[in-house]
Amino acid sequence: MKRKLPNITSKLLPVADVFLLLMIWQTASSAGVIPGFLLPSPLEVSAAFAEDFPLLMDNARVTLLEAFIGLAAGILIGFVTAVLMDCFEWLYRAVYPLIVLTQTVPTVAIAPLLVLWFGYEMLPKVILIVIVTFFPITVSLLDGFRASDKDTISLLRSMGASKAQIFRYVKFPGALGAFFASLRISVSYAVVGAVISEWLGGFSGLGVYMTRVKKAFSFDKMFAVIFLISAISLILMWGVNVLQKVSMPWEEEDR
Amino acid sequence: MAELKVSGITFAYEETPVLKDVNVELHEHELVSILGASGCGKTTLFHIISGLHKPRQGKVMLNGKDITGCPGQISYMMQKDLLLPYRTIQDNVSLPLVLKGESKRKAREKVSLYFEEFGLEGTQKKYPRQLSGGMRQRAALLRTYMFSRDVALLDEPFSALDTLTKSEMHRWYLDVMDKIHLSTLFITHDIDEAILLSDRIYLLTGKPGRVTEEIIIKEPKPRKREFNLTEEFLGYKRRILERL
Repeated sequence: MKRKLPNITSKLLPVADVFLLLMIWQTASSAGVIPGFLLPSPLEVSAAFAEDFPLLMDNARVTLLEAFIGLAAGILIGFVTAVLMDCFEWLYRAVYPLIVLTQTVPTVAIAPLLVLWFGYEMLPKVILIVIVTFFPITVSLLDGFRASDKDTISLLRSMGASKAQIFRYVKFPGALGAFFASLRISVSYAVVGAVISEWLGGFSGLGVYMTRVKKAFSFDKMFAVIFLISAISLILMWGVNVLQKVSMPWEEEDR
Repeated sequence: MAELKVSGITFAYEETPVLKDVNVELHEHELVSILGASGCGKTTLFHIISGLHKPRQGKVMLNGKDITGCPGQISYMMQKDLLLPYRTIQDNVSLPLVLKGESKRKAREKVSLYFEEFGLEGTQKKYPRQLSGGMRQRAALLRTYMFSRDVALLDEPFSALDTLTKSEMHRWYLDVMDKIHLSTLFITHDIDEAILLSDRIYLLTGKPGRVTEEIIIKEPKPRKREFNLTEEFLGYKRRILERL
């Protein structure tokens, strides 16, 4: 009984936080403490959001599509790389430092190059998203595979299990928790990655919309799109949580 | 006819000798204990018999067939229950069948016949962490049994349990063994447990470990709970303590 109360509070607390912050912000704007041309009030932002709603949704569709394709490719590549590196020690030694290296290159620096090489369409965006998302997936899966219990593997070997069976019944399910943790990170990286690559060249998408409203000094619209991007990321992370609960039913507390 | 014959096993981890010329035999429906202090190479011996390690010298024969260094022939239950936390008890227990290529549904059907006998009814759809230590051990034993009906190696299966649960498990185990007739090779460092459960006891001592004594427990089976309070029991215990 004692445990239930803090649980509810802990869920409501962040909501209350955000609400309080918005209240303070609105009051400050209404009272004229913050000049409207520097920071629009939350109400102005909502109005801008409502006004541009169809346009925002059109652009969001493009961004989401890029993010999904990039994320799917990133997961696939990350998975294959992790499996191969787990199978072959020499590959791990050869490739791992290289993978770390790809993460030290600033995204903003390579995005324009990708645009130069692959044009203004979807391809350079997807490639950038793959670069930012496959890393957390690869590393966490690899760690998950390597952390699998040696005794359990011995037990399965004593039952005559093949390498593939050991992977399927021990290593893969054992790495699922780590995989979902990294997927939560990768999902938000994917959205942010899509927006960044759209800034630097493209015809549609939330990033393109953002550059346009910035050039027009429409700060209210700028904030509207920022909130939209945050909301999209949050919803996607929540989706990952749901997916994790469904695919890992043994983690449920049901004693 | 000897079912399992282990002869002249010598093994070393790099330069450290672990086992020297170990000979062990297990006949049909027998329960034989290997008793020895920690670190005398008991688990290593089981790894060799199960085929996980290859011995430097010696042979493991099962029903006349040389299985030295070939895993997948003998059931092996390790010290920890090693139930997979993400599989339900029925799927854990049916794992050996699934690994042999049986379909999930058929394997579940086959194992379901044994849940009652092993005192596991009602746990089919539960996950291992929802079970007590004793129940997990039963499930692990059923899984071992599902792998092969011939010979099972049990490495201190009850050592992680508290004393009360342990003696309850002993009674349960003798009861189950009476019904399923498994030939078992059993590792333990608990002298009472060895005398209570075994037909024969091998004492494994020294570094490198070798079999120094074979003790036959003549008490007929099924054994009564009071056996460990009798004069005979104490006689066996005294004899073992002298040799260890």
